[in-house]
Amino acid sequence: MNEMQKLKFYQKGTLTVGNRLVDEASRNVQASLDRSNSLTCGHRACQGCGEALGARYAIDAAMRASNRNLIAVNATGCLEVFTTPYPETSWQMPWMHSLFGNAAAVATGVAAAMRVTGKPATRVVAQGGDGGTTDIGFGCLSGMFERNDDVLYICYDNEGYMNTGVQRSSATPPTARTATTPPLGKETGNVFGTGKFVPKIAVAHEIPYVATASVADLHDLEAKITKAMSMHGARYIQINVPCPLGWGAASHDTIRLARLAIETGLFPIFEAEHGRITHVRKIRSQVPVVEYLKLQRRFAHLFKGGVEDPRVARMQAIADRHIAEYGLLEPVAGAA
Amino acid sequence: MKHPYAITLDVGTSRKNLTGSWRTLRPEYVDRLPPCNNACPAGEDIQGWLSHAESGGYEAAWRALTANNPLPAIMGRVCYHPCENACNRASIDETVGINSVERFLGDLAIEKGWQFALPATESGKKVLVVGAGPAGLSAAYHLRRLGHWVTLREAGPLAGGMMRFGIPKYRLPRNIIDAEVARITAMGVALELNSKVGDIEKAMVDGPFDAAFLAVGAHIAKRAYIPAAGAAKVLDAVQLLRSMEGEAPPLLGRKVVVYGGGNTAIDVARTARRLGAQEAIIVYRRTREKMPAHDFEVEEALEEGVSMKWLSTIKNIDGGTMQIEKMALDEKGFPQPTGEFETLEADSLVLALGQDVDLSLLNNVPGIVIENGVVKVGPDMMTGRAGVFAGGDMAPSERTVTVAVGHGKKAARFIDGYLRGQPYVPAPRHGLASFDRLNSWYYEDAPATVRPMLEAARRVQSFAEVQGGLDETNALYEARRCLSCGNCFECDNCYGVCPDNAVIKLGAGNRFRIDYDYCKGCGLCAAECPCGAIEMVAEAI
Ligand SMILES: Cc1cc2nc3c(=O)[nH]c(=O)nc-3n(C[C@H](O)[C@H](O)[C@H](O)COP(=O)(O)OP(=O)(O)OC[C@H]3O[C@@H](n4cnc5c(N)ncnc54)[C@H](O)[C@@H]3O)c2cc1C
Ligand SMILES: Cc1ncc(C[n+]2csc(CCOP(=O)(O)OP(=O)(O)O)c2C)c(N)n1
Ligand code: SF4
Ligand SMILES: [Mg+2]
Repeated sequence: MNEMQKLKFYQKGTLTVGNRLVDEASRNVQASLDRSNSLTCGHRACQGCGEALGARYAIDAAMRASNRNLIAVNATGCLEVFTTPYPETSWQMPWMHSLFGNAAAVATGVAAAMRVTGKPATRVVAQGGDGGTTDIGFGCLSGMFERNDDVLYICYDNEGYMNTGVQRSSATPPTARTATTPPLGKETGNVFGTGKFVPKIAVAHEIPYVATASVADLHDLEAKITKAMSMHGARYIQINVPCPLGWGAASHDTIRLARLAIETGLFPIFEAEHGRITHVRKIRSQVPVVEYLKLQRRFAHLFKGGVEDPRVARMQAIADRHIAEYGLLEPVAGAA
Repeated sequence: MKHPYAITLDVGTSRKNLTGSWRTLRPEYVDRLPPCNNACPAGEDIQGWLSHAESGGYEAAWRALTANNPLPAIMGRVCYHPCENACNRASIDETVGINSVERFLGDLAIEKGWQFALPATESGKKVLVVGAGPAGLSAAYHLRRLGHWVTLREAGPLAGGMMRFGIPKYRLPRNIIDAEVARITAMGVALELNSKVGDIEKAMVDGPFDAAFLAVGAHIAKRAYIPAAGAAKVLDAVQLLRSMEGEAPPLLGRKVVVYGGGNTAIDVARTARRLGAQEAIIVYRRTREKMPAHDFEVEEALEEGVSMKWLSTIKNIDGGTMQIEKMALDEKGFPQPTGEFETLEADSLVLALGQDVDLSLLNNVPGIVIENGVVKVGPDMMTGRAGVFAGGDMAPSERTVTVAVGHGKKAARFIDGYLRGQPYVPAPRHGLASFDRLNSWYYEDAPATVRPMLEAARRVQSFAEVQGGLDETNALYEARRCLSCGNCFECDNCYGVCPDNAVIKLGAGNRFRIDYDYCKGCGLCAAECPCGAIEMVAEAI
């Protein structure tokens, strides 16, 4: 067998959830018969919900990494509402609801409680939506980072306040239409030049670990959760989780959209330790943003009457900027 | 339990909430027909045996393969592999080297001495198979598997038909034929050599036999009328290639002209080079593109120093001199004479213009219909005479070893049904697993393995096999390139991507089940199934 053949040993199933040809121990958590299903059936998330999927992916991986010794603190938002309409719960683990804006602070408290009650092996995650994280919860989050509290904070980024009917958040992309927070003026859709990318701000706190991940790349997501769980101190992972309802997309397109967000360069996937970017997930085969935008009704106004709005080019420019900034493309062989 | 204010239910799991009621579409696991299987004239379940090979289960792979085709080491050498032309992987990088894995399994089976299982029960019925070419061998094997007594009667001194007396050794070494034939006779098939059947009705009565399968091939060389004068040495291809199996190699001279554009013409020219001809020239009346020979064969012949004269016909021959007329293609693509002539000197001329069937054993058989020189058979392979079936080159079809093997299998199944008085009904075919049904994201690039070839200079020095085989490591790699089109390969994608945890994993080899109590019908499992093995079906509401 030559080198090439060795490298591509599992040409069928390298990217799939599992692979019958790989030994059990090195398969993904999601492929195992005994995954914890921390977030189980019967929840009320929409059909094809990316957040429900991302949460099970992330928390099951954290459960394995902590030997199922884990407590989750959950901000208000879809994830909390669709899993836990009292008296029902979908969580098969210790789980507590905080408020919309204080999950980071409550998790800090839980971690402190574990420490002082002599349960250092019990690990703590905090989780919330982009609204609860990048907007109202941001002060608490920055404090948790700055104090280097021993919490892994996971943000499920669906680019809006979905639970309350699709409002704009500081993670909503330009030109995306929101249901109840239209900007002033003639043009539909969020404006350019606003918003923030919290993973970068987290990196600036020089905490032990920051990463972005996606429901479209389970291998990468599980590896990052596992790595984060092997560390202590403040850690932050933001996961791109498409929302069929808020994005106006088909329920079966959730993973496809997440994949396109990566392959266009719109959602850069990287990892940073102590303030420095250490790894970037390369684009496998680059796709123009049009292919991503066209699948979503929140961008439908950009293609009205078969004419492409000039703002599409500006969206492409954002993707191109990410590609350049993070080095998302494999260097072309032979190029200097 | 006392409930707090405004609360009526006990605290409990959301599993009480059966979200399956939301569903308007339901996912269902399906098996689709992979394009390779669809294209295989022998009806092999290629995807099925590749999946065994992928996990290193070579014997299981070989057994799955030989359930349909008893000659994998032969097929892995001479099959023109229409499966590969249909393979979906071509849309990703290159087709899977199905044929090379088949050869690997066939050779391994010979090396390890794997044998076929004997039939569990005997039917007591007797079937006569006439002709031990691939069609006859395949029919004999399948009939025996089904528990019938088979007599395989062959006119020639050895079994194999055109595989032995046509296809040259450098493409198919004879020990391979011997090994695969021996495995069939070891099942209890009675092979009678040097036993030409002259009258099928009589043979049936003499047996007596309950049914017969005829597979006498097409061995009479077609002639073209070429006026010849002087001591012109003119031979036909069938006769020449057959004599290669005899004691003394035929004498062809230094310069040999072969007339024809098919695979046989190529084999004759390459044989002539190996017999020491300095020049072997193929004369063909149309263009290279129109040659019925496969392009790779033409290429290999050119590498070996065979030369080609396209758009040429032979007008007459006088001693060692031939008159060649140049042709030109008309608008319809047919060659037309131009009136332009040239001469060509040669020591011998070999005609490779195709073969006709010797149908004399069917003289006076009532009900038999002959059309275009071949025997007419129904969809059940039965001729117009009840109980007499026919296949291979003597029946209407493409003339290849693979088609012959397929005919033998198909006929055996219908003969079995005929003998049992319960007509065989083929299982309905699954819908095709076309490329657009796959989610190709999940397949990584993996270029095809190139089989080793003997250097051209060394090829013409002997009849050693030209194409090499794979070894275990690259055969495994090649098998793993298969996309498993249309059939679950247990990648766990559906189990993983369900946001509702509504896919139940049943464990290795048992695939998955949808938990319809909770499945909301989002369709993610179907969209993310790499191989198109889940279908969304409208729910009756
Ligand atoms: C030179 C050449 C190269 C070829 N190369 C290839 C190739 O690379 N790949 C491929 O797929 N195909 C190839 N073919 C075609 C292929 O060999 C035939 O299509 C195939 O062998 C047909 O199988 P069959 O069983 O119908 O007949 P055959 O193989 O012709 O076998 C018929 C048998 O019946 C016997 N027989 C005839 N009459 C009687 C009788 N009255 N009683 C008893 N026995 C009788 C004959 O002796 C013979 O053994 C090639 C053909 C030729 C001529
Ligand atoms: C202080 C406060 N303000 C407003 C709300 C109402 N509220 C509940 S969830 C939510 C939006 C959640 O958005 P996000 O955090 O992005 O989560 P998503 O639902 O999108 O997953 C809002 C505004 C609240 N619960 N608390
Ligand atoms: S990829 Fe595999 S199953 Fe699909 S056509 Fe090719 S060999 Fe057949
Ligand atoms: Mg949100």
